[in-house]
Amino acid sequence: MSALVLAQEAVAQTPDDIKAAAGAQGAGMAYGLAAIGPGIGIGYLVGQSVQAMARQPEAAGMVRTTMFLGIAFTEALALIGFVVFILLKFV
Amino acid sequence: MIFGLEFPPIENLVEWPNFAGDSWYGFNKIALTYLIATAATAIFFLVAASGKSLVPKGVQNLAESSVKFIEDGIVMETIGPDGIRYIPYLASLFFFILISNLFEVVPGWQMPANARMGGPAFLALLTWAFFIIVGIKHQGPLKYFKGALFPPGVPKALYILVTPIEFISTFLVRPFSLAVRLFANMLAGHILLVTFAVLCATLWALNGLVLALPFSFFMLVALTGFEIMVSFLQAYIFTILAAVYLGGAMHPEH
Repeated sequence: MSALVLAQEAVAQTPDDIKAAAGAQGAGMAYGLAAIGPGIGIGYLVGQSVQAMARQPEAAGMVRTTMFLGIAFTEALALIGFVVFILLKFV
Repeated sequence: MIFGLEFPPIENLVEWPNFAGDSWYGFNKIALTYLIATAATAIFFLVAASGKSLVPKGVQNLAESSVKFIEDGIVMETIGPDGIRYIPYLASLFFFILISNLFEVVPGWQMPANARMGGPAFLALLTWAFFIIVGIKHQGPLKYFKGALFPPGVPKALYILVTPIEFISTFLVRPFSLAVRLFANMLAGHILLVTFAVLCATLWALNGLVLALPFSFFMLVALTGFEIMVSFLQAYIFTILAAVYLGGAMHPEH
């Protein structure tokens, strides 16, 4: 991290440049870290629902609906990370 | 600029100039998209309703299957039979969001209207007001808020912890997450499609790197198909979450 900071200070000169460079770094870290949790969560959720549908095919419709609901909730967290990325990089 | 590839500034992707009129009340492409989505939904259902055959054909058949999809797939699964009176709202919401999302893949237009926060924010606020009013109407204001903020079955000492969490989660996070989910999905898809399209155009123009063009074009085609699925999925998820919140407001937890 300190190597990045040093490289940034060597190239960026004006305060605006430094802000933009720091914003871009923060943005990349923000979305990268934000995508880990929901990735694991959605993978686990869909795996469990596939297992449930395999154990009891008659309940597949209900399991599928609940699966979509669960995916929506966990994906919202990843998307809030994406919004943070946009805010840091472009605002 | 890397290898002569340049990405346009983000304003060009999401800000559209007004056709006429001044800054904030001017009419632009996003407003036109919403107008077309409203008109298309209204005309679709009006034309279908005017056909009165008992065995539906054509447009009437399509509209009846759509309403059946909303009734069986969304309302029955989440609210139950008392939710049938909300099918008009949920069906209009679903088709409005679906059509305004599908403009992302229409060649030449290629802008999902929900990639700007105005539309999703309004729809989320509308749904939020709707489920609060439904809760107040069905259970009375005191009983609704008491049941929502102080859920039964919790040991009394834990209410200090549970009530702020319930308040934030039910009345603040729900509309915010509805709006952000729709907005961020559409914005991310739009940026992805623009990235690969600009890449394809630049690789075509620079003859030196043209060997990479088939890969970029394949990604563009695959992502367009994926975005059609995401448009449908986001409309479905917004509608089913609206139905879940309505069900939660109507039927208190026992």
